[in-house]
Amino acid sequence: MSKFKKKSAKTKQEIPTTAMPDIVFMLLIFFMVTTVLREVTLQVRVQLVKAVNIEKIEQKRLISYLYIGPQSMGGNIYGETKVQIDDALVENLTYIRRIMYDKLVEQPKLIVSLRVDTDSEMGIVTDVQQELRQAGTLQINYSTRRQQ
Amino acid sequence: MLRKKRNRVEPEIPSSSLADIAFLLLVFFLVVTTIDTDTGIGMVLPPPPEENNPPPPIRERNLLKILVNSQGLILINERPASVQEVKDRVIAFVDNNGKDENLSVSPKAAIVSIKTDRQTPYRTYISMMDEVRAAYKELRDGVAMARFGVPYDLYKTRLAGSGREDEIKEIFPMNVSIAEPDKGTGR
Repeated sequence: MSKFKKKSAKTKQEIPTTAMPDIVFMLLIFFMVTTVLREVTLQVRVQLVKAVNIEKIEQKRLISYLYIGPQSMGGNIYGETKVQIDDALVENLTYIRRIMYDKLVEQPKLIVSLRVDTDSEMGIVTDVQQELRQAGTLQINYSTRRQQ
Repeated sequence: MLRKKRNRVEPEIPSSSLADIAFLLLVFFLVVTTIDTDTGIGMVLPPPPEENNPPPPIRERNLLKILVNSQGLILINERPASVQEVKDRVIAFVDNNGKDENLSVSPKAAIVSIKTDRQTPYRTYISMMDEVRAAYKELRDGVAMARFGVPYDLYKTRLAGSGREDEIKEIFPMNVSIAEPDKGTGR
């Protein structure tokens, strides 16, 4: 018993640094994962439509999302149908043209993914599409979920 | 002698299992985070109309006009149809190869034109698009099975790295166009 006591008393106490790279790696991975998954705070309700014959978009970097749906006013109250790009509502639909044009300059292969609420009407979708045509962002995608 | 030797031994926290812990955490995050790949129906919008450059004329028979009205009712070439009918009608139209003189000359020339009202429910529009895509899928699958013995999806994944042309897409190009919306239907 006394042998052990002596040992622990006399030796140097050091924090092992061999595990440092592992910790750093872990943190790196954590931040990588979280930054990729930055979600926008939705200000409109988007309940996607279901469909069967759909395809996956592999290149996530090319996608820019555009949300169309009734504005959520808190609780279960929904207002008028609005368009949201990134984190802000688009007040005037003609702004879409400029916003999307700027994005297209940055990423020439841009795909605009329209996430439209299931209860929307085609009118606003058509208006948005007309703006997208003017902006030159012709590659679009109607975001749908897979029907089980 | 013995005592001296023992003094030099430095105690260490066993770090061999740290890698395991790190891996466990990594796996945990990998499993928990759903990097949701976007799924949907891809479309290419027509470029904006130019006044001095009207679109090329298309023969009437090569155009399948699908109209979805504000009640979600479907008209195919001016005649009412149900959503379930769309698929068969599109297949008959595209895969006609000049047999019926009211339908397309060849799959390459066939164009499915879709028009909607402002009040058309988005849901109906998507389910109709879904049917049109189902029609093309069936046609492509048929050719892929006959030629290569695999469905089109599998053929496409096999083709992915090879750099060869997608023959089936050439036979059945999906020409779906969104019709120009009517002017003056109030914004």
